[in-house]
Amino acid sequence: MTQPTAWPTTWRRPPMFLTSPTLRFGFWFLVALYLAWSMGTLDVDWQRVGQGLPRAGDMLSRMFPPDFGRWELLVRGVVESTQMALAATFVGMILAVPLGLCGAANLAPRPVYLAARGLIVLSRTFHEILIAIVFVKIFGFGPLAGLLTLIVASVSFIAKMIAEDIENMNMGQIEAVRATGASFPKLLVYAVQPQILPRYLGVCIYRLDANLRHSTVVGIVGAGGIGMTLSASFKRYDYDFSLAILIAITLLVFLGEFFSNWIRGRLR
Amino acid sequence: MTAAGLAKRYPEVWRRFSVRETIVHWLWFAGVMLVAAWSVRNLDITWIYFLDAHVQVGDLLARMFPPDWGHTGQIVRPLIETIHIATLGTIVTYAISIPIAFLSARNVTPNAVTWLIGRFILVTSRSINTVVWALIFVAIFGPGAMAGIWAITMRSIGFMGKLIAEAIEEIDEGTVEAIEATGASRMKVLLVGVLPQVMPVIYGTTVYRWDINIRESTVLGFVGAGGIGIELYSSINQFAWQEVTTMLVVIFAVVVASELVSAVVRRRIT
Repeated sequence: MTQPTAWPTTWRRPPMFLTSPTLRFGFWFLVALYLAWSMGTLDVDWQRVGQGLPRAGDMLSRMFPPDFGRWELLVRGVVESTQMALAATFVGMILAVPLGLCGAANLAPRPVYLAARGLIVLSRTFHEILIAIVFVKIFGFGPLAGLLTLIVASVSFIAKMIAEDIENMNMGQIEAVRATGASFPKLLVYAVQPQILPRYLGVCIYRLDANLRHSTVVGIVGAGGIGMTLSASFKRYDYDFSLAILIAITLLVFLGEFFSNWIRGRLR
Repeated sequence: MTAAGLAKRYPEVWRRFSVRETIVHWLWFAGVMLVAAWSVRNLDITWIYFLDAHVQVGDLLARMFPPDWGHTGQIVRPLIETIHIATLGTIVTYAISIPIAFLSARNVTPNAVTWLIGRFILVTSRSINTVVWALIFVAIFGPGAMAGIWAITMRSIGFMGKLIAEAIEEIDEGTVEAIEATGASRMKVLLVGVLPQVMPVIYGTTVYRWDINIRESTVLGFVGAGGIGIELYSSINQFAWQEVTTMLVVIFAVVVASELVSAVVRRRIT
């Protein structure tokens, strides 16, 4: 005969979020509703999608083995991408300094601050590829458009980081240097720069890594680098060459990340 | 101590770095300058284009204004499609990335081989840009939103998987031991001991990735993978700059709004 117990003999895991059952079921109901609505409105050609699996198989079989025969084209593209990334990071890290100073609320006057922050938000909102297309239309196909794209992206990113670092720095040192009667440029050199320089260099190296990634794709819309070669090989169904390019890009990105982590580790 | 020695120890002018440090700094600086100069010189750039750049940009801006608001009606559908692509891609990623994160976390992965497989998936996914994934999926599924959803998913798996795996590696092992001590199966330990501890991180990264994906999905259309990018690309190619301005304004609003939503949600759950 079993004794009735005062405590439950089985245990159910409590729900991980939304402990109220009504809210939880309401949430899942909304998710289901959203899925139904979005799947219904999406313009998907199911017949074409159905052919996807055999097509993917065909593509994979044509990709192997990767064709490194045209390695000269590959190397030229990779070198161009790397040069674009290096040059853009260099120009970006210089141009970002004034913009970053203007974007720091504790140094810049209010209107300057708002203008600088507005500029940063504006250029950070638009995807690199979008900026690249506009530059391609202005300057024509080629690495110049890609270079300018990466410069715009680098400037806004580095400037945002500089501005945030300046806002978070120790104001005591500013007061101390100001008390010696230092002018504003001297204040920047002796109180601001020593506090933000290590982080600034770290951010620049990180951006170099990010630029390397982006330099491999801006070419898809015609802005130079290995992306142009990749896009062309896809259009010509040269899938074995595409795979070779993809492997090269993956290696490049991996090396960039490794290098960036190594340098940033040493900076600390 | 001689006067010269004293002067050396207590100089009139304060210098932050020693002579040697200064030389090393200048050498680094020269090295960076050399690399930058080499990069710019060897790029195949026709500098002549720069001469009239300000004219070109001015001309473009003049053509872009005023925005063509009559075009707004036509971009509502592609805009909704863009948001759907980002959202559905994030939902699929949410389902796929959690098991992969469990494979790639050192402390819960079954063995070295599964760990390597997990890491390989994460690295491949992260090294290939969303737009390149889109190229591949357009070749597989044909142009349209389906290719976009999968492109978003493939790129996001690496991002979310990596962050979740890092969170799993930092969990409190005490909870896991306590549940193991009750005789729970391996699966139960993961579900009851590990998962609840990383759930906040999973929600946080999902919402964060969703807001990145909104931004990414605005350009997928350039390679034919659906969304507002298709309309934008055709307007740019027809030099209909006033329509382009309208779309840029709308994209700006959507991206900023999604960033705000994501920031508010993340602040509430963490």
